[in-house]
Amino acid sequence: MSNANPFYGRRKSRSNLMMGLCMAASLFGLAWLVMILAALLWNGVSGLSLDVFTQNTPPPGSAGGLLNAIVGSLIMTALGVVIGTPIGILAGTYMAEYGAHGKLSLVVRFINDILLSAPSIVIGLFVYEVMVVRMGHFSGFAGAVALSIIVIPVVVRTTEDMLNLVPNQLREAASALGMPRHLVIRRIAYRAARAGMVTGVLLAIARVSGETAPLLFTALNNQFGGANLNGPMASLPVVIFQFALSPYKDWQQLAWTGALIITLSVLTLSILARVIASRSRQ
Amino acid sequence: MADTSFPGPLAGAAHAAPARTAVLNRFRLGNLLFLNLTRAAAVLVLVLLGGVMVALIEGAAPALREFGFGFVTSQSWNPVTEKFGALAPIYGTIVTSLIAMLIAVPVGLGIAIFLTELCPMPLRRPIGIAIELLAGIPSIIYGIWGLFVFAPFLQTTVQPFLISLFGPIPLLNAVFAGPPYGIGMLTAGLILAIMVLPFITSIARDVFSTVPPVLKEAAYGIGCTRWEVVKNVVLPFTRVGVIGGVMLGLGRALGETMAVTFVIGNAHKISASILAPGTTISATIANEFTEAVGDIYTSSLIALGLLLFVITFIVLAIARYMLLRLEMKGGK
Repeated sequence: MSNANPFYGRRKSRSNLMMGLCMAASLFGLAWLVMILAALLWNGVSGLSLDVFTQNTPPPGSAGGLLNAIVGSLIMTALGVVIGTPIGILAGTYMAEYGAHGKLSLVVRFINDILLSAPSIVIGLFVYEVMVVRMGHFSGFAGAVALSIIVIPVVVRTTEDMLNLVPNQLREAASALGMPRHLVIRRIAYRAARAGMVTGVLLAIARVSGETAPLLFTALNNQFGGANLNGPMASLPVVIFQFALSPYKDWQQLAWTGALIITLSVLTLSILARVIASRSRQ
Repeated sequence: MADTSFPGPLAGAAHAAPARTAVLNRFRLGNLLFLNLTRAAAVLVLVLLGGVMVALIEGAAPALREFGFGFVTSQSWNPVTEKFGALAPIYGTIVTSLIAMLIAVPVGLGIAIFLTELCPMPLRRPIGIAIELLAGIPSIIYGIWGLFVFAPFLQTTVQPFLISLFGPIPLLNAVFAGPPYGIGMLTAGLILAIMVLPFITSIARDVFSTVPPVLKEAAYGIGCTRWEVVKNVVLPFTRVGVIGGVMLGLGRALGETMAVTFVIGNAHKISASILAPGTTISATIANEFTEAVGDIYTSSLIALGLLLFVITFIVLAIARYMLLRLEMKGGK
């Protein structure tokens, strides 16, 4: 026990060394976040102007904005979420409310968790095979479908988790009053889990709004804007990809600005989701 | 007494019966509809995965028929002669993921240990959230940052240093041979490390917090130091879950596309030097798919996608199985 024991001293200093390394690791991890955000702000803010939001992407060498890309991203994200959310919520409902311990739920849960982290470029290839090849051309609609496939697992996961948090007494009380099960779920369980489910959808939007890989060969790109879902459609991530790798300074500047816009919206969405989730827990 | 307190239902029972049956039938129908609707949605998730498999196999079939098993062992990638082999992308994928894991696993576990054992309580939540925000940043942001900020930095400082440091040492001088391009497999691996770090950290943190406090307190009680508690109690107890978290991070690293595409250099060759440009499966697809002409070219790229999907599926399935095992252990 005595601190004079040299063996104890060695153990103590070894422990301090390892804990110091852990602390250094944390500083290291946070440093990246700071550095990336700083670089984004530094390079992105200088290009921010009203033009970015009012003009279409320019040909090389002239001024322009990101309007068509922003509009395309908004349309495809919105459509993707509109398609994916109901499917995700219903599937999550089945797993939490009906077949919690059934075989189907077990398998779906497993597969869903894998889809959750499956490489998104593969989803792009899948939609290309299924939609782009059949339709004969790239389209904003195919892009939206690809995004919806990424939305589904996120929503399934959060819906199931949130419904599982709803106390069973609530369901039992409603059932005792004679409420049929589907109404118990829709009127009682959904209402109790609503904040959590909204969080899930927000997280899904955050996830999707930065996705590039699945859009590369589904929505492609479109220099001239236009909201035609049946034709190629520009999106912010794809434009960033194209412009950043170009040799033109104007394009690179627009890519930085676009990156800043995406990051800020993603961070806002995730923080908003967290606020809603923590408020509902209180 | 009972009769007088509930006059309604008894008095109206006769003519209320059909209405009651109608309501009950409507309830039953609604129940049935909703049950089947939700079940159909759940099945759809399975169908999606099956659909992805089938579509990829169908798309990859021409290339696989043409090249057979040679597809994964051949290094040539020649759109002109239409000879395609996946060895260079596979090599690049493995090397970059390996670099990423070598850095991200110790650092990620270190952060998780810091967060669960050391960090003062009021700081735990903010730091945890900051790490999770890092996970939310889209990969294209890492890509553009890597290309314009990180790669030039590596090119001018770290890479020349590595080349001169390992130059005189045999074997290692081949691994760090140079010119310092800035972009290349090392840069891609480092960016992947930054990207998977938050995944590993947040899972490890969740897993570490499942250790019953009694166990840790008992260890402290017999005089263990903090590090001894972590090494002898926390890590053994959570080993399966930690491996699961690491595999999950690996799954991400293998499939990550955009960040890698920016900084890998897109060279279809296998170099011993990690400073040299290379390519990965996902970067090859992202770069070449829209420009691919000819069925065999397109099909070869889809075959790459199939390969990637199968590899990540296996890795992720192992990860989930490991995490599931820990969950069951915790439930007991």
